[in-house]
Amino acid sequence: MRYLPLSEADRSAMLTVIGAASIDDLFSDVPEEARLNSPIHGLPMHASEMAVERQLAAMARKNMVAGEVPFFLGCGAYKHHVPASVDHLIQRGEFLTAYTPYQPEIAQGTLQVLFEFQSQVARLLGCEVANASMYDGSTACWEAIGMARRITRRKKALLSSGLHPHYVAVCATMAKFTGDTLDLATPELTAATDAERLIAGIDAETSAVVVQYPDILGRITDLAPIAEAAHAKGALLIAVVTEPVALGLINSPGEMGADIVVGEGQSIGVGLQFGGPYVGLFACREKHVRQMPGRLAGETVDAEGKRGFVLTLSTREQHIRREKATSNICTNSGLCALAFSIHMTLLGEKGLRQLASLNHARAVEVAERLAAIPGVELVNDAFFNEFTLKLPVEARPAVHAMVEKGVLSGVSLGRLYPGAAELANGLVIAVTEVVSDADIDALETALQEQCS
Amino acid sequence: MTINPSGWKPSSPVAARSYGATTTGNRALMLEEPLIFEIGDSEATGVDFSAAPSGVSRLGGLERFAPIGLPGLSEPLTVRHYTRLSRQNYAIDLGLFPLGSCTMKHNPRLNEKIARLPGFADIHPLQPQETVQGAIQLINELSEWLIALTGMYGVAMSPKAGAHGELCGLLAIRAALEARGDAREVVLVPESAHGTNPATAAFCGYRVEDIPATNEGRVDLEALKSRLGPDVAAVMITNPNTCGLFEPEMKAISDAVHAAGGFVYCDGANFNAIVGKVRPGDLGIDAMHINLHKTFSTPHGGGGPGSGPVVMSEALAPYGPLPYSARYADGTYRIVEEEVAADEHPDAFGRMVAFHGQMGMFTRALAYILSHGADGLAQVAEDSVLNANYILRSLEDVLDAPFAHSGPCMHEAIFSDKGFAEGFSTIDVAKGLIDEGFHPMTMYFPLVVHGAMLVEPTETESKASLDQFIVALRSIAERARAGDEALKAAPIHAPRRRLDETLAARKPILTYRNPIPEGAEAGEGVELGGR
Repeated sequence: MRYLPLSEADRSAMLTVIGAASIDDLFSDVPEEARLNSPIHGLPMHASEMAVERQLAAMARKNMVAGEVPFFLGCGAYKHHVPASVDHLIQRGEFLTAYTPYQPEIAQGTLQVLFEFQSQVARLLGCEVANASMYDGSTACWEAIGMARRITRRKKALLSSGLHPHYVAVCATMAKFTGDTLDLATPELTAATDAERLIAGIDAETSAVVVQYPDILGRITDLAPIAEAAHAKGALLIAVVTEPVALGLINSPGEMGADIVVGEGQSIGVGLQFGGPYVGLFACREKHVRQMPGRLAGETVDAEGKRGFVLTLSTREQHIRREKATSNICTNSGLCALAFSIHMTLLGEKGLRQLASLNHARAVEVAERLAAIPGVELVNDAFFNEFTLKLPVEARPAVHAMVEKGVLSGVSLGRLYPGAAELANGLVIAVTEVVSDADIDALETALQEQCS
Repeated sequence: MTINPSGWKPSSPVAARSYGATTTGNRALMLEEPLIFEIGDSEATGVDFSAAPSGVSRLGGLERFAPIGLPGLSEPLTVRHYTRLSRQNYAIDLGLFPLGSCTMKHNPRLNEKIARLPGFADIHPLQPQETVQGAIQLINELSEWLIALTGMYGVAMSPKAGAHGELCGLLAIRAALEARGDAREVVLVPESAHGTNPATAAFCGYRVEDIPATNEGRVDLEALKSRLGPDVAAVMITNPNTCGLFEPEMKAISDAVHAAGGFVYCDGANFNAIVGKVRPGDLGIDAMHINLHKTFSTPHGGGGPGSGPVVMSEALAPYGPLPYSARYADGTYRIVEEEVAADEHPDAFGRMVAFHGQMGMFTRALAYILSHGADGLAQVAEDSVLNANYILRSLEDVLDAPFAHSGPCMHEAIFSDKGFAEGFSTIDVAKGLIDEGFHPMTMYFPLVVHGAMLVEPTETESKASLDQFIVALRSIAERARAGDEALKAAPIHAPRRRLDETLAARKPILTYRNPIPEGAEAGEGVELGGR
């Protein structure tokens, strides 16, 4: 077997050193009745590299690949062009096959990358500090609510109706068990967000207001008035960014007064991958850093005074504090954070702004063309690279029908909000730099067909 | 605009030049590398975009004018920056990485290739399900393997890592208890458990109590039995445990917990020792997470991502989370989500994560499993246990092995710092190993062994590699016993000497701060996070 270096001669020599007659002797603690003495019945035996590749490639070929068709899906996962050097660099064995940097003297590569990642994320989100990553945006969102509870000692969070419904579901699942109260609402197909509901809903019990920016329908709204209202009542503002490319063109949540900014970093450096692994971004004010979940890399010096980096403030973490830790997270999303950081370095501020401008200009163009189809209405006034259409027909069957035409047209709100009749005609369309003119033509034609 | 006007800043030592010191601070192939903020520039970029067509912007008055403060680098400089940084890391690709409890085995490159097939890598999680049948089929086939290998009833694939899997298991347990109107408040956890166990129990609202261990490093069954009662929701056991020992009374533990109305959670971090040899389902376990990034060799990536599917017993599976994959009678596959949950999975405790889990890890894990097959996986367990026992017996004369007298270990060997000279501890041995070209073992864990050194070689090491490691560790152990002061200075050959962790925590510097320009007032120009 190609991954196992020991020969039979090695094995018997080693057993001699150990003083065991057979391998079975080494499993003597396992009760006889629990031991399997032959390979588990019904499972295949080992296979060659070629055979495995053939078998799995056949499964891969059954899927409709985003890059091969007109593709307009977003809602928390975005298709952007990732430069070839990103994937090359993250496959360097020294990054790919390293563990969490618990021995800093021989992990400076990972640690410096994490320090740079934290610095990039903090600047992008407009915050003072950021951590070394969470699993993804949805789990980061719940962790932020928990952190706000610890800071404010209040247990009621007010969630915007524009928050991704999967994120809401994750928070609702956890809140059932922690006793937090969540104030929830379903979005409406209007140009205005529910900022007014949020501002009116904050009271002396509110730990945090949670607002997605841009939101699930692609709408963008000024967070400053919400931050001000929250702070006036002693509550925090948590902003959730699922499309970080937007922040190349619009003001960051931190600058508008958000106390904690979390996000999904997949857009930058990480491919779609059917939903994971992605990379959770988590940033906050420096004064709250000791309530933050997750790992932090920090700068220090070595015994000779040279600058170096270590994991720090670990008294917040499970391996030191056990049941008193700020979170149970251990493994995070290190390699995706590396991909994010490399892509962000390649972009730089100039590239990020150009990328964001290109996305926005493309999206405006597509929105205007599609809104011109009779019966189709553009819901948004303001948006970045994603917007919602109200179709004259139910969107979900239309999406399936457009698949038949080879077009992945968008995410129907019926998929995200099953049972919400008033949202059934909503179709969320994301337009990024990868969309070609021919793709837009194909979408326009397909949608016209569905709406006529 | 330059972000750091001071430019490149070698962090060369201020101390007197010793033999071999260089002007640049570089040492031949070991190259010092500044931060991107010190070499990058907000106008530099490594990408080319066509100009955006001019048109009306629809940003609702939120257009950004202020700088963000992000440095850019051209492609050659980017490649060089990260390549240089990579060379300051130890990795499995370089050598033995015996970090106990972490299962640092070889990561086959076929798995990387499979994960990058466009049919897996370039599909959106919300694509209509008829367009991703192959992807769902892959998740389903991996699910079936995990169920067969563990002898369990169902599996939740969405947890993102081991700790997230623990959370999944405990939430299912809590939902099952609540469904029968049973509000239990306590979770019992052995002192030797991973820190994630008590943290997870607390994270979902339980009170945590310790279970004592016997002198043989096992769960004290009698003590456990006497603590069980109507308030105990679950017992979290790691098996094989963190001392590298199998819990021979696991079935009796499970029976006692079940008799008291509780559930048994097993931390599956050490599944590598028993995969293909023992099915946890035969031991009465109700839920166990499987670290795909350990047993099934998806790469650790410097801290993640992981993936932590949770296998569940028949009693618990109905309460598992959404979504899950299913194969229908007509041969189609589905991700079962909220929409049909009322009919198909009515008791689900809810959703743990956006989308469907770590697809990129599932592809790699299935490629690994298919490569080994049922026979190869059993061989994995055997070789991992053989390698650990070989290390245990080759070093027990120079290192105290607290449980070695009671029999063989499983896939990891544990030693203590007993017998070291006054003032010498485990950390000195670990840092000495670095100079010898090895990654150290896990230090000071589990907490039940004084100065613990937990060595997990894994099955992908050759005998020659183990022999070299044994020689190195033997020599360092002898130095620690003899009180060789030079060992306290180790490492001296690594990219950095011992780092000041106290300073890092006392005065945290967590993000890059722009330096104060020459002649400016103190405080001016110091920017945090670009603000």
